Amino acid sequence: MNSDFALVVPEILMAAGAMLLLMVGAYGGEERQRNLITWASAGLMALVAAIVATRGGAEATAFGGAFVDDGFARFTKVLILTSSALMLVIGKEYLERRGILRFEYPILIVLATLGMMMMVSSGGLIALYMGLELQSLSLYVVAAFNRDSARSTEAGLKYFVLGALSSGMLLYGASLVYGYSGSTSFSAIAEVIADDGVSLGLTFGLVFICAGLAFKISAVPFHMWTPDVYEGAPTPVTAFFATAPKVAAGALFARALYDGFGNAVADWQQILVFISIASMFLGSIAAIGQSNLKRLLAYSSIGHMGFALVGLAAGTQAGAESLLTYLVIYVIMNIGTFAFILSMERDGKPVVQISDLAGLAETRPAQALALGVLMFSLAGIPPMVGFFAKFFVFKAAVDAGLAPLAVAGAVASVIGAYYYLNIVRVMYLSQAERPLEIRTNLIGQGALGLSALVMAAGWLPIFDGFGLPEMAAAAAQSLLR
Amino acid sequence: MYTAILLLPLAGAVIAGFFHRFTGEKFAMYLTTGILFFCAILSWIAFLSGHGEHGDTVTLFTWIASGDLAVDWAIRVDTLTHVMLVVVTSVSSLVHLYSIGYMDEDDAKPRFFAYLSFFTFAMLALVTGDNLLQIFFGWEGVGVASYLLIGFWFKKASANAAAIKAFVVNRVGDFGFLLGLFMVFWLVGSIELDDVFAAAPALAEQTVGFLGMELNAAETIATLLFIGAMGKSAQLFLHTWLPDAMEGPTPVSALIHAATMVTAGVFLVCRMSPVMEYAPDALFLVTVVGASTAFFAATVGLVQNDIKRVIAYSTCSQLGYMFAAAGVGAYEAAMFHLFTHAFFKALLFLGAGSVIHAMHHEQDMRKMGGLKAKIPVTYAMMLAGTLAITGVGVPLLTILSTPIGFAGFLSKDVIVETTFAAHSSAGMYAFWLLVASACMTSFYSWRLIFMTFHGETRADHHTYDHAHESPNVMMIPLYVLAAGAVLAGMFWYPEFVGHHEGAFWGPSIFNSADNHVLHDAHDVPVWVKVSPFIAMLVGLGTAWLMYIRAPHLPAELAERHQPLYQFLLNKWYFDEIYDFLLVRPAKWIGYTLWKKGDGGTIDGIINGIAFSIIPRLTRFAGRVQSGFVFHYAFAMLIGVSLLITWFAISGGAH
Repeated sequence: MNSDFALVVPEILMAAGAMLLLMVGAYGGEERQRNLITWASAGLMALVAAIVATRGGAEATAFGGAFVDDGFARFTKVLILTSSALMLVIGKEYLERRGILRFEYPILIVLATLGMMMMVSSGGLIALYMGLELQSLSLYVVAAFNRDSARSTEAGLKYFVLGALSSGMLLYGASLVYGYSGSTSFSAIAEVIADDGVSLGLTFGLVFICAGLAFKISAVPFHMWTPDVYEGAPTPVTAFFATAPKVAAGALFARALYDGFGNAVADWQQILVFISIASMFLGSIAAIGQSNLKRLLAYSSIGHMGFALVGLAAGTQAGAESLLTYLVIYVIMNIGTFAFILSMERDGKPVVQISDLAGLAETRPAQALALGVLMFSLAGIPPMVGFFAKFFVFKAAVDAGLAPLAVAGAVASVIGAYYYLNIVRVMYLSQAERPLEIRTNLIGQGALGLSALVMAAGWLPIFDGFGLPEMAAAAAQSLLR
Repeated sequence: MYTAILLLPLAGAVIAGFFHRFTGEKFAMYLTTGILFFCAILSWIAFLSGHGEHGDTVTLFTWIASGDLAVDWAIRVDTLTHVMLVVVTSVSSLVHLYSIGYMDEDDAKPRFFAYLSFFTFAMLALVTGDNLLQIFFGWEGVGVASYLLIGFWFKKASANAAAIKAFVVNRVGDFGFLLGLFMVFWLVGSIELDDVFAAAPALAEQTVGFLGMELNAAETIATLLFIGAMGKSAQLFLHTWLPDAMEGPTPVSALIHAATMVTAGVFLVCRMSPVMEYAPDALFLVTVVGASTAFFAATVGLVQNDIKRVIAYSTCSQLGYMFAAAGVGAYEAAMFHLFTHAFFKALLFLGAGSVIHAMHHEQDMRKMGGLKAKIPVTYAMMLAGTLAITGVGVPLLTILSTPIGFAGFLSKDVIVETTFAAHSSAGMYAFWLLVASACMTSFYSWRLIFMTFHGETRADHHTYDHAHESPNVMMIPLYVLAAGAVLAGMFWYPEFVGHHEGAFWGPSIFNSADNHVLHDAHDVPVWVKVSPFIAMLVGLGTAWLMYIRAPHLPAELAERHQPLYQFLLNKWYFDEIYDFLLVRPAKWIGYTLWKKGDGGTIDGIINGIAFSIIPRLTRFAGRVQSGFVFHYAFAMLIGVSLLITWFAISGGAH
């Protein structure tokens, strides 16, 4: 039992820290403490990230196999924790200036992050659901965090209602799987499938579980909440939504499918091919009609999740590897992009229209260049790093015999390039009546500049992706038993 | 040392091309010229001292390692390489020097010198190549440089057209070279020259399916490589680009289109002699094409009026001589003529450049005449070149087993004798055509001299009065080349084709056991030996008669034989036939594909998708995103239902 607890030290630290900070906030007088709590939360997550990153060791399980600690879990946890911490710090000033930075916000982020950590470490359906709900409940609240804004509350409510529906589907699927396999543990399910094959009941259960997970990753046709929530929620929350939860959902997807249904690749491959093609095309096509940057990035994230699922659909180790690589690169691009959007202002009010970017290249050439680089990278144009993200997933798909899927992905990315490049066009070729104001601090500027730099130069021969492919390969290796 | 010879010109080209803004024009010019002279000195040292190093290889670095294909960047050190190194660097350095004067008034001098040096690098890569791919690299490199230099005055439409023509016609030949290269790799598994040569006897026993026919492998490879050589060396059917290439600046014509690049084809055939020797039918083709080209180009040269075009056709014709010799197995004779020809042809071109310079860029010989008095030194130099190309010497006299005469006399006569000594049908065909060509060579060369320098001037007053000798920087290269044109033949006769040829060439040229044509050539009947000399005298006499004694004769002759005159003046109508057979259909196909294929079909589909289908879908996606939660939930349920239905119907993966 002791060794069980030793394994979950990071999670315990997160939970205890969240509760401690809650006490500090509740009894310490909010006005003075919210700064402290924000920084403390970010520091806590950074600390835990460091602990997880330095923990080595072989794969181990705790609590009767419900909790798994392996390379895959550690890799994604580090990514989740760092991006959560970064997003918290980058968004802090924005919330402060709008007067909506309350001490609950950082604590909810910590709790959501804890949920995500549980998700990627889950060894069975129960743990999976626990982590998922902890994360979701926290996210529902932060989506509606701007209580006085009708849009924000609407976003929270929509997310909640639809999230409940998806949770229902997931639970229904989980119960079907339990009924047809006799266990909730992934390894036991895998054994049953290996022995008896996939019965129709299991297949149905798989479909429902996939539907629930697809909702979290905002894949078509379970994506409908995304644009509304992205637009309605406060921008720092949107930024958060676009990063860590996507990683967690993607990793959980991989965890459940590889660990639990690793012997039924051919079955879930069909589901994934369907939702990834639908996501890629919808993300690309619907984004074209958007004038609001946050909505546009919502569709962008739908499309990008479609691309990431292409890797997962391969069902091979290379597929899992390319999924992880994709998620890392996607998160870095989004951190930079949202750091910029958070800084957009006019007359002291935040603006998020694409047309507000007009003439930026003249007034703020450095920022325009950095954002331009990120747009090229998001569009997947070589030699930006975003290209390699797409390249690896397509390669994994082709190697797994899914060439048509890769071709569809390539076509979708061509269509999608239009709206990314449109942003560059507006920045460089349109004239502004009044220039945009950029209100940013060192952290925001650093995040934008650094992510643009990494995206531009990351895959030059001297950097070679900073060892990312090797790390992703090691993580993917541990996922496959 | 070899590495320096190869790479220094490239460094010069890079500095002159990209950094002349920092270094200044003058520096760029002097640097490239200085580098080339340095390389030339090194080459001569290697040539004069390096006979012991036959077959050595200097490996610079691994170029390609991909599957079975492993290619090093390596320099092959043997006599053949030495000879070519000397020719290329000598002529190139002199042309660099000459260009300092000739291009004085041009405002893109660094670019010009960068191109020249780049060309030299590519040519050196070609001649030093230790494998077919490196040779091909140089082959294409000189093609690019030639393209750039022909079109150097890119504001002139005719220069651009000529540059494109040269490039496109060469592509035809290059395709042959590439096919040959591929076939070598396919059959031998290596493109290292040593491996290929070792495999040649086996190739001769092998057959290979090509274009639906079963052909002898060695024959096919040799023929394909020769097709490549035909393009680069402007042999019949692929010769049309060379005269047009005269649109480039005159030093370029001297360097690329006379002395070096166009001889690459001859060099290739000699380099591949171990394969060629096993391909008698291919050699037959080489001889026939070479001799025919020599004859054809000579006939056209008779009536041209542009001073550079006359020399261009003369080049074409002389290249034919070289191929004819190589075709009968006398590679040594071909290389000897290549060597001497480089001197006197570069001399003639640079001399012509000096004339053009003096005449303010007038190239039409009908508007010259009487220049002997105005530019006597240039006249003397051109005379030396003409004496060399027409083959003036003392027949039948040998001192220390070396004939006495100008360079062309020795090398050309050897070729004529070897064709006779071959005692084959192709050899006899070549012999008679070459003797006839020698007569015409003499005629058009002297015609050039007489029309330009002798008689009453036909230039307008102003130009004639202001005609002046060129500056020293242009004259010095002429002196050096003139010395080569006079002496090179006698000096190196014993080594190249005389008694020492076996020791001189070593294994760099391969002669099969029954190939002793070069030896036999020394024992041909006397009438054969004197026939080219007599032909020369006939040509000289005719030219004298028509342009000095009775200048009205040419016009009358042209009048009386109008069809023949027009036929020759229009270069046997090759350009017109190609235009009708190839250029127009190709243009029509291109135009149709562009308008109907690209514009109509591809653009139409893309635009249709981009401007009508995608926006429609975008609007639809926007409408679906209604904002109502029940719509969203409905979409999710539809999604699940679809998936469930799919699995229920298909039964999953089972």
